[in-house]
Amino acid sequence: MSTTIRVRTTSAGTARVRTGRSGRRQWIGWLFIAPFGIVFLAFLVAPLAYAFGLSLFTQKLATGTSFDGLANYAQAFTDPLFLGGVAFVLLFSVVLIPVQMAVSLAAALVLDSLTTRLANFSRLMIFVPYAVPAVIGALMWGFLYSPQFGPLTDLFSVFHQTAPNILSSRNVFGGLINVVNWQWAGYYMIIIYAALRGIDSSIYEAAEIDGANSWQIAIRVKVPMVASALVLILVFALIGTFQFFTEPKILTAASNGAITPSFTPNIYAYTQAFSYTQFNYASALSFALGAVVFIAVYIFLFATRKKGRIL
Amino acid sequence: MSSSTASVRPVRDQEAAPARAARRGTTRRSSSAGGRPGAGRNVLAHAFLVILIVYFLLPLWWLIVASTKDSHGLFSGTGGALWFDKTFALFDNVKQLFTYNGGIYWRWLGNSFLYALTGGVGATVLAVLAGYGFAKFAFRGRRISLALLLGSVMVPLTALVIPTFLLMAQFHLIDTVWSVILPSLLSPFGVYLMQVYATDAVPTELLDAARVDGAGELRTFVQVALPLLRPAVVTVLLLSVVATWNNYFLPLTVLSSEKLYPVTVGIGQWQSLANSNGATDTPLFPLIVVGSLISIIPLVVSFLLLQRYWQGGLSVGSLK
Repeated sequence: MSTTIRVRTTSAGTARVRTGRSGRRQWIGWLFIAPFGIVFLAFLVAPLAYAFGLSLFTQKLATGTSFDGLANYAQAFTDPLFLGGVAFVLLFSVVLIPVQMAVSLAAALVLDSLTTRLANFSRLMIFVPYAVPAVIGALMWGFLYSPQFGPLTDLFSVFHQTAPNILSSRNVFGGLINVVNWQWAGYYMIIIYAALRGIDSSIYEAAEIDGANSWQIAIRVKVPMVASALVLILVFALIGTFQFFTEPKILTAASNGAITPSFTPNIYAYTQAFSYTQFNYASALSFALGAVVFIAVYIFLFATRKKGRIL
Repeated sequence: MSSSTASVRPVRDQEAAPARAARRGTTRRSSSAGGRPGAGRNVLAHAFLVILIVYFLLPLWWLIVASTKDSHGLFSGTGGALWFDKTFALFDNVKQLFTYNGGIYWRWLGNSFLYALTGGVGATVLAVLAGYGFAKFAFRGRRISLALLLGSVMVPLTALVIPTFLLMAQFHLIDTVWSVILPSLLSPFGVYLMQVYATDAVPTELLDAARVDGAGELRTFVQVALPLLRPAVVTVLLLSVVATWNNYFLPLTVLSSEKLYPVTVGIGQWQSLANSNGATDTPLFPLIVVGSLISIIPLVVSFLLLQRYWQGGLSVGSLK
């Protein structure tokens, strides 16, 4: 599906490459790429093609499997459960991404301005959740949220209140935002921090001479100079949220039905495939999800192309 | 990032960063040591950091404390959820991990190592080769292949899980170690990072010089290019090992035999079992907690020990 779309290649990429002088060099270039190329064809192109093929057929109890064109896609884009899942991940990313960006950017800016031992220590500690699998992260927060295991019941009883159930259908959204933010903010912080460290300090000196205080330097100089890192993070977060699966799946058992089998598009596709053996419909859902994310990210990158180039 | 390599190539942004940072660090220190107003701001900044540390370590602290409790202590311990109970059951819990279901937990942990190492190392090898090939060779079809690669970076990899499952089912690969390892070899982002890095970090003139001196292509790659690519290799290795170790959706989908599960899928299964049993003191909860703790130790410890390597490496993607 990506063959029809032309993506700009890196500007430096083509300029540095010598034009091949002989057929031998041509052949060697391909040889280096071949191992990855085979994996790429076998585990990206082939599954997508196969899923697209399957998605064109429908499965019915009475008639068996029959070719039905784009009927599955017509069904998917009118299926309230699938659309509900899409709406959820959209809303989730709209809330999550600003929160996550704010936490990671603030942490990176503070860490960049300090050289103390505590700053070095906290940089490591903020990053640690990245090394914790999402399964375990969700599980720990699930226990902390739990009225039976967690500290909330004790905490609220001090004020003679009943603790809220964070995994109820009303609160689960915020509960999941917290889990994902905890998991990824440190990784994003490191990316921004590394970009900040790459800025030439003479720029700060110039700004200081012009009378800028450190707050102004942070907002007007540092943030614009790490714009490309911010765009990279945004793209990561966007792609990540759309494929949301692990955390809600792990918390399903403890959520008393607040997390439904159609909670996110990926969970819905999984349910269709393995609870209802609707493999044709599940293929259509997976393919549609992949296509929607691809197009969304492509448009996003195109729109932000001038500010920060990452691709 | 050794200084010996810096002399043979144009100085790149992140190569010079540590030096610059160090310079900046010293100038800052000297200016703030002179008793300038700013001490108050520093206190505020440090308070902010302490809050962040508490937030990011809270679940881990809970995990450590909880792993020392038996199932009674987990529900109604004497010290509350965030402090130790009067009975210390850590060793009992670990012992139970060895006996429960024939010690299957350790098998899961071993599987995780197997998948993460073979998948991660394999993905890195493929990415280094392909990235170098894209960056340093001109061949027909290069432009279109690169466009295809960049496009695939934007495809959410989990959208491939169910299609991959269905395809592998045709070849009877489902429920084997290969069904986890082979799809983990795919890392378009790794190839992209490698290609970007190799383009600048490996001077084409140097490769030509090696070739003129009679080195073959393989030797040129291994002895000339590879050492220059080290920071990016470490980064890609790190990203792909972590991705495979943490993966849940793929193994959950393609594996059905319990003994092939990685630890993420195994603990996830315990978790849903314990919750669906409904009983509030199921003996599984202490196992879930202590199993979670042991499972995160290898990666967390390696990150802390290897910080010198990854802190520089993770910036490779963002500085472009």
